[in-house]
Amino acid sequence: MSALLQVRGLSRHYGQRIGCEDVSFDLHPGELLCVVGESGSGKSTLLSTVAAQLAPSAGTVRYRQRDGEWLELGTLSEADRRRLAREEWGFVTQNPRDGLRLNVSAGANVAERLMALGMRNYSQLRGIARSWLERVEIDAARIDDAPTSFSGGMQQRLQIARTLVTQPRLVFMDEPTAGLDVSVQARILDLLRGLVNELGLAAVMVTHDLAVARLLAARTIVMQGGRVVETGLTDQILDDPQHPYTQLLVSSVLTT
Amino acid sequence: MTPSYNFAFLDEDTKRMLRRALLKAVAIPGYQVPFGSREMPLPYGWGTGGIQVTAALLGRDDILKVIDQGADDTTNAVNIRRFFARVAGVETTEHTVDASLIQTRHRIPETPLREDQILVFQVPEPEPLRTLEPREAETRTLHALADYGLMHVKLYEDIAQYGHIATSYDYPVLVDDRFLTSPSPIPKFDNPKLDRSPALMLFGAGREKRLYAIPPYTKVESLAFDDHPFEIQRWEHRCELCGSAESYLDEVIVDDRGSRMFVCSDTDFCGDRRAEAQA
Amino acid sequence: MTATLMLELRDLSKSFELHHQHGARLDVLRGLDLRLHAGECVVLSGPSGAGKSTLLRVIYANYRPSYGAVHVRHAGRWLDLAKATPHEMLEVRRQTLGYVSQFLRVIPRVPALDIVAEPLLQAGADPQAARQRAADLLRRLNVPERLWPLPPGTFSGGEQQRVNIARGLIVPRPVLLLDEPTASLDADNRVVVAELLAEARAAGSGVLGIFHDEDMRDRVATRVFPMQALEAA
Repeated sequence: MSALLQVRGLSRHYGQRIGCEDVSFDLHPGELLCVVGESGSGKSTLLSTVAAQLAPSAGTVRYRQRDGEWLELGTLSEADRRRLAREEWGFVTQNPRDGLRLNVSAGANVAERLMALGMRNYSQLRGIARSWLERVEIDAARIDDAPTSFSGGMQQRLQIARTLVTQPRLVFMDEPTAGLDVSVQARILDLLRGLVNELGLAAVMVTHDLAVARLLAARTIVMQGGRVVETGLTDQILDDPQHPYTQLLVSSVLTT
Repeated sequence: MTPSYNFAFLDEDTKRMLRRALLKAVAIPGYQVPFGSREMPLPYGWGTGGIQVTAALLGRDDILKVIDQGADDTTNAVNIRRFFARVAGVETTEHTVDASLIQTRHRIPETPLREDQILVFQVPEPEPLRTLEPREAETRTLHALADYGLMHVKLYEDIAQYGHIATSYDYPVLVDDRFLTSPSPIPKFDNPKLDRSPALMLFGAGREKRLYAIPPYTKVESLAFDDHPFEIQRWEHRCELCGSAESYLDEVIVDDRGSRMFVCSDTDFCGDRRAEAQA
Repeated sequence: MTATLMLELRDLSKSFELHHQHGARLDVLRGLDLRLHAGECVVLSGPSGAGKSTLLRVIYANYRPSYGAVHVRHAGRWLDLAKATPHEMLEVRRQTLGYVSQFLRVIPRVPALDIVAEPLLQAGADPQAARQRAADLLRRLNVPERLWPLPPGTFSGGEQQRVNIARGLIVPRPVLLLDEPTASLDADNRVVVAELLAEARAAGSGVLGIFHDEDMRDRVATRVFPMQALEAA
């Protein structure tokens, strides 16, 4: 199987400070990769840099488009970068309020990406928005309600619907469950797991929660101080951690 | 003419700056050109953008007409017309057919315009995406990339809330298949008049310091959904003064008991029709 | 007729280095050689602490071998799992290596029937057919039909174990690793599991397992592979 995303020697510095340093990995179609590490380990910086939201200080990110062409993300124009973000990628932020348009209805939030792709049939947009709300377990009767009237968990599910409605090939997720109650987390993780399987999405997910990695990801990258300290099969990393930092991380978890 | 002012109030260097900006605006239909807006002797929101464009265009032979919501006899229209009569000494008129330059607030005359006429709009908010996207840097990028899905979010919200596209004025248009543009707060009734108009249309926003243009015979398309096409307002009434069934009507309360009548918003158009009927 | 060799361990060693226990080192496997053929059922025997579970986990790449080779016949060629990339390893798990542990790792909110059907779906089967096959297996393993639509979190130990076996056996894989999958089962259900394993062997799978129950061991084993704790050796 050929990779969808190739990251090679990727670094991002903030002046003298290291965000992430010399990171390499491949992501295959249909694969969910978790990046774990504590706060400040550089995982969010890595995610933003891979998603071309931050310019790398060194290294390359290559992405294979729907048409099979390889794109070197560092050389993309702003227009191409936005086209990719619109047509082939999705990004789910930790705080749903950063990823949603709060001053328009839930339905418009879901339909926006479709309209950006040129869909101009209102009833069709409504129909798709309704079915996606149901898919993320939001009552379709709330399609015209403002997201501000939703609970945190509902807002996050709405953000997921808004992101996945265009059936992106690659989704970046930054701690999508971190701000939520444990019971709400489980529901969202289960939902994500189902959607990832069903849609055959490839995804890179940043999380500090090893249980999330265990549940969702076949492969995991462990980061510390901006560098990758261990990478491999998720269950191997959690059950037979090699690096001292990973061992500390695993032994610090109450239950995984 | 008051002699202590330069012709048409603004100094010649300022007019040159304005004309350069206007040329650029005409060259890129619908694109918002920044310009160095001057303090004018009237408050922002009263037409400081339109008045600067008019000042930059006026020649001694021009015949100026000024309308406010279609009427020649309302405060804003009277003041601006009188202003240019004093500082430029140009001839003024209330007749659309006689005017070479028409400054307008929120209407396009009912009488079809000609190639030898210029229409100048007063614009309070030139950015059609502003209510949805407050960041100027972001709206500029969206224009640069012609990334206009966002505008349909607003129309979607209209239909979701009211069952139809309820936006009735300042209805967004796409100019020359390229730039999303605010037609200024004209009623959407007037939007079809923008499309392939023989007259040059210029737009000035004084507070926001932007100019833009729709050159003659340019394609102007009002946005819509396939299953909710663009539609203009219709009335069950005719104008009670001239009997017109084609013009944009204002609803006027005529006494303390709340009696209402519908009359043409375009006073010149209505007057002409009545004069014709009497003749 | 010589049976096809499916799995070959050569000089396999495994030790754990515990960085936060003053660098303590635990040697569990040392210099181990083992061959498994198609149609065979090799049962690992030995006292607790002899490294039987560790061995299965090393073969499944749940643990990383410290030294030696784990050769598996995968997709018609030999692959050393000690050197395989994670992507290769995932493919080996999908197609070649099955692993059934003692415990079901419950996935929140997913019904038992779907948990069982999932590996078959991931192998590309038609959803309808996968659920049908899952239902057949659950029925054979005497899991009451009323439980199928429920997530197994609240099931009894024996019921969970049978769901786990069904999930582990639903995709026919050439090599099966079984870590006491029948520990909580009654005699009737053990017989069913023994039948299922016999069918898998007849279909050409090699089985490597741990069965503490002697009756079960006698029923399924074609060969016993003795193991001893290293300290005692």
